[in-house]
Amino acid sequence: MTHPSEFPLIAPAGIDGLVVRFSDALSEPANRAALAFRAAVEREGWDGVEESATALTSVYLRFDPAAVVPAAVAERLRLLLAAQDWYAAALPEGRRRWRVPTLFGGDAGPQLETAAAQAGLDRDTAIATLTERPLRVQTIGFAPGQPYLGELPQAWDIPRQTDLTPRVPEGAVTVAIRQIVLFAISSPTGWWHVGQTKLRLFRPEAEVPFLLRPGDEVQFDPVDAERFARLGDDPQGGAVSEMIR
Amino acid sequence: MSRSLQVVQAGPALSVQDLGRPGSLSEGLSRGGAMDRLALYEGSALLEQGPGCAALEMAAMGGRFRARGDLRIALTGAPMRAAIDGVRVAWNASHALPDGSELEIGAAEAGVYGYLHLGGGIATDPLMGSRSAHLTAGIGGMIAAGTDLALGADGGGSVDRMLDVASRCGGGVLRVVAGPQTHRFAPETIERFTETAFRRDARGNRQGVRLDHEGAGFAPDGARSILSDVVVPGDIQVTGDGSPYVLMAECQTTGGYPRIGTVLPCDLPLVAQAAPGDLLRFRFVSAEDGLATERAARKALSDLPAKVRARLRDPADLGDLLGHQLISGVTAGRHEEEGP
Repeated sequence: MTHPSEFPLIAPAGIDGLVVRFSDALSEPANRAALAFRAAVEREGWDGVEESATALTSVYLRFDPAAVVPAAVAERLRLLLAAQDWYAAALPEGRRRWRVPTLFGGDAGPQLETAAAQAGLDRDTAIATLTERPLRVQTIGFAPGQPYLGELPQAWDIPRQTDLTPRVPEGAVTVAIRQIVLFAISSPTGWWHVGQTKLRLFRPEAEVPFLLRPGDEVQFDPVDAERFARLGDDPQGGAVSEMIR
Repeated sequence: MSRSLQVVQAGPALSVQDLGRPGSLSEGLSRGGAMDRLALYEGSALLEQGPGCAALEMAAMGGRFRARGDLRIALTGAPMRAAIDGVRVAWNASHALPDGSELEIGAAEAGVYGYLHLGGGIATDPLMGSRSAHLTAGIGGMIAAGTDLALGADGGGSVDRMLDVASRCGGGVLRVVAGPQTHRFAPETIERFTETAFRRDARGNRQGVRLDHEGAGFAPDGARSILSDVVVPGDIQVTGDGSPYVLMAECQTTGGYPRIGTVLPCDLPLVAQAAPGDLLRFRFVSAEDGLATERAARKALSDLPAKVRARLRDPADLGDLLGHQLISGVTAGRHEEEGP
């Protein structure tokens, strides 16, 4: 039973954390609220708050339990929540829009046809609907730098596989439940592997270790095998970005 | 010659660990760092240096090491059989490791993670503000035989110091606070959860520890799926088969399994040091009590340096004592004065 009126809610998360939840179902406004509210919390720079992060529709805050009382942090959160309608808030500044060369189908996306069939689309329409507009980095998680991108058109509300694919490569483009997950590491997964990028999303040795940030936008740019091969070893895999104004 | 610790022979899971790299949760990177953080504080207190110094974490088994330069070491965490040039040395204590001498550390006698601390700390190049290997994220890796670990400048200080440490190996009771999903579990389920003695499963690593039990699982009420949330070390996920899984240093940063509660940070060393088969129980405490307990534990961390004392000799140290006599002809006077 979902009671929209119960949101946003504040709940304790361990002895040194609080979570602010905007919804228990993924929606654009709830994801927007989480991104915008976390940016506001970061701007506030409250003493004793050591870190914040977003999940799809929630914001997590970690504080120093020796320095602040959870109730005091919760009270500040309540005041900040009341300051505006976060579900309609402007997205944070400093976001970037990325265009990422992507090879779909074939060995680079062995499950493209199967996934497309589930979505009721032919191959070309499937690629078109995955690439026609930028998708938002709704959250980053599971592995360092790994984005969950959305929201895809309704046709892509397909379930994950019941069996796991033993391993998809780093940079794999995978799809399910109206989202794309771009793999930061080689991993087993239940998501459908439909394409491949040459992105290295996490480079611990680099000055900026994480390529993408929550709130960024990513548009996949379908390329042929020849061009894909020419992308070479550029750690950004031929991706280019511009600031979103 | 620069000082270093040469790894002559390596156990299966040696890694450099410090307090980890907090601050990248939003980018999908968990804090990582030592599995038993308390052991890092203890080692730092013994060597009179800051807790940020990197140490060698040894899972289940140590290795053989050779000193290049006169070194100071401390041994903490899971007690392991240790000897310097064949002479048994005490755990939870600091020792001199003279140039060229060999330190041998065997299997854990209890617990899982032992720590070898070095005066000046291990000085490998930090990455993103920490020297910790984060194996899951692919930062750093296991330390193999043949590695020469660079050391930081040692400010100097005494050795043959010890800390009285209450055992945290072998399991125990974990204090838990309710979290954002605790209410999804029926009161009877919670009650049964707190009455169950869980066995630490063989499946456990730096990401988390799975717990086994007899009887029904601990599924939450209803089959409603849970949208992924940020998760942190200490969170107790109830996985698909109804078993609890306690998240540890290298856990994922988001997770969709329901969480029945969160273990207090100060009790996580108990989880880390529970060996497969050891029994763990959970006890819910109020948020107020949990906070007070955690604050007291942090205060105790800062009090550790004052608890370090000169090492008393006991019959268990006989080998060590003989070693001193063999080397110097007489036992050092101050040890005799401090004898029991």
